[in-house]
Amino acid sequence: MRPPCDPSKFVADAVKNIPPSGIRRFFDLVSGLEDIVSLGVGEPDFITPWHIREMCIHSLEKGQTSYTSNYGLPDLRDALSRTYYKRYELDYDPSSEILITTGVSEALDIAVRTVVNPGDEVIIVQPSYVAYVPSVILAGGKPVIVSTYREDDFSLTAETLKPAITDKTKAIILNFPNNPTGAIMTQEELEGIADLVVENDLFVISDEVYECLTYEGKHVPFSSLDGMKDRTVMLNGFSKAYAMTGLRLGFAMGSPEIIHSMMMIHQYSMLCAPITAQIGAIEALRNGNEEMERMVREYDRRRHFIVRGFNRIGLECCNPKGAFYAFPYIGNTGLSSSEFAERLLDEKKVVTIPGDVFGEAGEGFLRCAYAASIDDIRKALDRMEDFVDGLKQ
Amino acid sequence: MDEKIRHILEILENDARTSPEEIASLTDMSAQEVSQTIAKLEETGVIRHYKTIVDWDLVGENYVYAVIELKVTLERNQGYQAIAERIYKFPEVRSVRLLSGDYDISLTVRGKSMKDVAFFVAEKIATLDQVQSTSTHFVLKTYKEDGVILHEPETIERLPVSF
Repeated sequence: MRPPCDPSKFVADAVKNIPPSGIRRFFDLVSGLEDIVSLGVGEPDFITPWHIREMCIHSLEKGQTSYTSNYGLPDLRDALSRTYYKRYELDYDPSSEILITTGVSEALDIAVRTVVNPGDEVIIVQPSYVAYVPSVILAGGKPVIVSTYREDDFSLTAETLKPAITDKTKAIILNFPNNPTGAIMTQEELEGIADLVVENDLFVISDEVYECLTYEGKHVPFSSLDGMKDRTVMLNGFSKAYAMTGLRLGFAMGSPEIIHSMMMIHQYSMLCAPITAQIGAIEALRNGNEEMERMVREYDRRRHFIVRGFNRIGLECCNPKGAFYAFPYIGNTGLSSSEFAERLLDEKKVVTIPGDVFGEAGEGFLRCAYAASIDDIRKALDRMEDFVDGLKQ
Repeated sequence: MDEKIRHILEILENDARTSPEEIASLTDMSAQEVSQTIAKLEETGVIRHYKTIVDWDLVGENYVYAVIELKVTLERNQGYQAIAERIYKFPEVRSVRLLSGDYDISLTVRGKSMKDVAFFVAEKIATLDQVQSTSTHFVLKTYKEDGVILHEPETIERLPVSF
């Protein structure tokens, strides 16, 4: 008989070095509990609009189940090119400057792998989505964290960014509108960042998946700033704006050189994004605007409701101008983010995500998704009020 | 249109019973401001009416509905308005519309039985001078009424936690 072995020794160091995600433990805590109200979900609570689903079904009936071009369906790239020209006068050539990916997750992975050499430093602005640090580590790069602060409404300032830049810095990952803070950046603020980017010859990976969920002011794509188009790859997708999370469809827009290089990885790892989702996405871009705007107005109302609610129950909450997350401050309750979130779940059956999951700068805050019905938000707020009152006694 | 007015109208169109306080917390206005805005919208006729969609079947009141298509002949000096007015004054008539196409006017009639509806059409509508012909279609089942789906709405199962 051959000897047994420990399979974990085959796991590569880079994978072993991925920091553990706080979500697994939370998932285990939640499962099995009844009567929970969840503000912990990072996806819309709307179902994909019917006209989009209907188009997907129709394409399946017609037997459209083949591979597509590695870059994605030409009609989809064309529709994206037109959409971005119309929205921002951004001019991306559908034949060479757009790549359709399996969600923004894949786009992020291949964008990072495209630009990072082993040892390169990549600046990650936190609090932010949890995938950036692992992506950089897996590519052999070194994540360098820059924090944003409540006093600045969680927007990135040139003053905080500057000291983090070294001669090894290759790129910076931006995420506005931001998950988890809901922060957006004005054109003026972004211009300050762009100056630093040029001064230090950096590349920018800009994850703008919450672009369409901007409630106050107008979204400014980083690539729309003077001189930034060739220094930026914009990552975006259909999950949030069109409630298409499970269809896994994203895209990257950038210079032909970067997009082609990303496609080189994409063609061997993913080949192409699922055709059914691509067909749905064409329909979303052509005819989905009205439904999308209706969903955005609904989120906007929930946003007012939840922010007012938090401030009423004594959890100070600055005004999130984008995405669908409120980020109330719980630091003055004497509990840490994870203590607060765990006890809140345990005692009141309300699911929230502790802010430190999104980086140390998130300690003292909770991420509360308002992509939930008003009834659920109200219920969650009532239970949180009870919880906070209980802490005071 | 003012964004706040759009919010108020959408909220009320969805649920007319939403209180001014609740609307205020959804729109970042004060309850007083909301009440004043609604009063103005009522005054100017933007908000026409508040009503309830009832599933009468569930309380055993089995109303019969029919859609009736009319072809009409117009008399001199009288447009469609005159015939529409004659028709919409009957309480049995739930809606009246002027249409383009093969026939002119479509109405919805509600009665307690098929016989009721048939007699109403035969006696009150078909006998009007301007009415050339009628075609009555009884409603077998209503799936959606004025934007409201009359059975369990679709729901989705989401993971309770995700980033």
